[in-house]
Amino acid sequence: MATVSLKGITKSFGKTEVIHGIDLDIADGELIVIVGPSGCGKSTLLRMVAGLETVTGGEVQIGGTRVNELEPMDRDIAMVFQNYALYPHMSVFDNMAYGLKIAGTPKAEIAERVGEAATLLQLEPYLKRRPRELSGGQRQRVAMGRAIVRKPSVFLFDEPLSNLDAKLRVQMRLEIKQLQRRLGVTSLYVTHDQVEAMTLADRMIVMNAGRADQIGAPLEVYTNPQTEFVASFIGSPPMNFLPAKMAGDAPRGAATLGIRPEHVKIAQSGVQGTVLYTEALGAETLVHIDLPDATRVTVRQDAAAPPPREGETVSLEWDAGDRIFFDAQGSRC
Amino acid sequence: MEKRVTFKGIWLPLLLVLPQLVVTAVFFFYPAGQAVYQSLFIPDPFGLSMKWVGLGNFEYLLGNSYYRASFVTTAVFSTLVTVVSMGVALYLAVLADRLIKGSGVYRTLLIWPYAVAPAVAGVLWLFMFNTRVGVVTWYLGVLGYDWNHVLNGEEAMGLVVVASAWGRISYNFLFFLAALQAIPRSVVEAAAIDGARFWTRFRTIVWPLLSPTTFFLLVVNIVYAFFETFGVIHTITGGGPQQSTTILVYKVFSDGFVAQDLGSSAAQSVILLVIVGALTIVQFKFIERRVHY
Repeated sequence: MATVSLKGITKSFGKTEVIHGIDLDIADGELIVIVGPSGCGKSTLLRMVAGLETVTGGEVQIGGTRVNELEPMDRDIAMVFQNYALYPHMSVFDNMAYGLKIAGTPKAEIAERVGEAATLLQLEPYLKRRPRELSGGQRQRVAMGRAIVRKPSVFLFDEPLSNLDAKLRVQMRLEIKQLQRRLGVTSLYVTHDQVEAMTLADRMIVMNAGRADQIGAPLEVYTNPQTEFVASFIGSPPMNFLPAKMAGDAPRGAATLGIRPEHVKIAQSGVQGTVLYTEALGAETLVHIDLPDATRVTVRQDAAAPPPREGETVSLEWDAGDRIFFDAQGSRC
Repeated sequence: MEKRVTFKGIWLPLLLVLPQLVVTAVFFFYPAGQAVYQSLFIPDPFGLSMKWVGLGNFEYLLGNSYYRASFVTTAVFSTLVTVVSMGVALYLAVLADRLIKGSGVYRTLLIWPYAVAPAVAGVLWLFMFNTRVGVVTWYLGVLGYDWNHVLNGEEAMGLVVVASAWGRISYNFLFFLAALQAIPRSVVEAAAIDGARFWTRFRTIVWPLLSPTTFFLLVVNIVYAFFETFGVIHTITGGGPQQSTTILVYKVFSDGFVAQDLGSSAAQSVILLVIVGALTIVQFKFIERRVHY
């Protein structure tokens, strides 16, 4: 168990700086999700904490100690990789026991700890198999088991679910969450999937082009996004963006008005638009509407409400309190 | 899915494989058959008459101490060539694998020796180690070592091994490097996080994952050392001194074309043929299902 602190972390590859100073304090036992689009630097940040990439500037602390110069093996961490990175020539048991064997743990203790992890992850029937004889979900569990048996103070997850199919992903997401709660190990979890981030995180850090745009609890980030990027990245379907001049009471300097699809209602009066098409998703219906200035607005309405016909002209309205304004640089105002 | 083309008649497919069959027949079956046939006779040195001896040539060879010594020489030679060329190649490949900048140049330079013909390589090494004008010989002399592979059998063996292994390092290097780069980076990183330092990682992760490649190279290099080093030996030592570098292939040549004992030479070719056959079977049996993990 340990805290993790990132202080002004920067990373350059050659002359190109890809991470421009990240500050983050992670409490003991907290699950932090780093979320962002591909190429935003989230994996690089995680690999710097792991010691697989050198830190260009700033300081990484684990348990209050500076670890910048330590090798990965000396940082007391375990990592789960996107492709699982299992040792293909070893059995499931040996895969999980590898780290303990190197550390010189007595045989009896190795067997006990691997057994415990196998029970926890329902891997007992497969201990003698090779990784290639397992399904994707089972491999994923072995990778988790390998991390658990070493009892590290920090878990690092690098997009561990992105190679699984949608159904399994939802199931494993829940298992990871429960496992992390149960073991209470400080965890850093990288993903590009905002649903994963929302469901798993105690706090999430939304990254955009090497910067942390916002750090906060999932719902706080959702309801109160600090930048236009965060507003568009978190939430599906994404937030609607309209020209700020459409609102008479826009604050000074505002360029964009943001409004979530669930806050827009089809009403008797208000902004006029043409229904482009509707998507019935079962529990809810998404209505896509074109405004006269070609801005696209999505409305999320209950499936019980009668959907408008395609091509129909409708009026839209929303509560003033649900609006969020951004300036020309995309910052909140 | 395997794609198969089905022909209706027999003539078109026969016509299509005919060139390959002709080549194999003319350049393999005919000479091999001739060798087997000739191994049963003793011809006179001028090729005017042949005397039937049955398996006499083989009996003579197996009882001949020079021939048995040549077996030992071949074993020593091919073991050394294989170990040296594969060992050095693996070492260089591990270094190149860790290299990020300039790896292209490094690789290109390392591949060059492969383009040098064995006989030319032999001449190059012979010049360097020439007992009178060789550069290396001169420096060894400065250091107080009197190099003379013309008289010293062990030095001669060392020289042909180095010359044969040298050209082979490039080939092995390419295979090892490709195999190293095929190991997922994350597997090695996972081992690093699990606490394995460089040597432990190499021993427990990298080496086992290289094993299919290593085995393939082992067979290929043994075959090379057995059969394709003739040029090197012929240019550097001519099998000497005192037959200390006469490997089986070289003995076929020297007994047949220098000593004019064509019957014995043919019998030796047949024995070599059997060895090649055995090596090929090993190669097919193990390499075709080369996944070891």
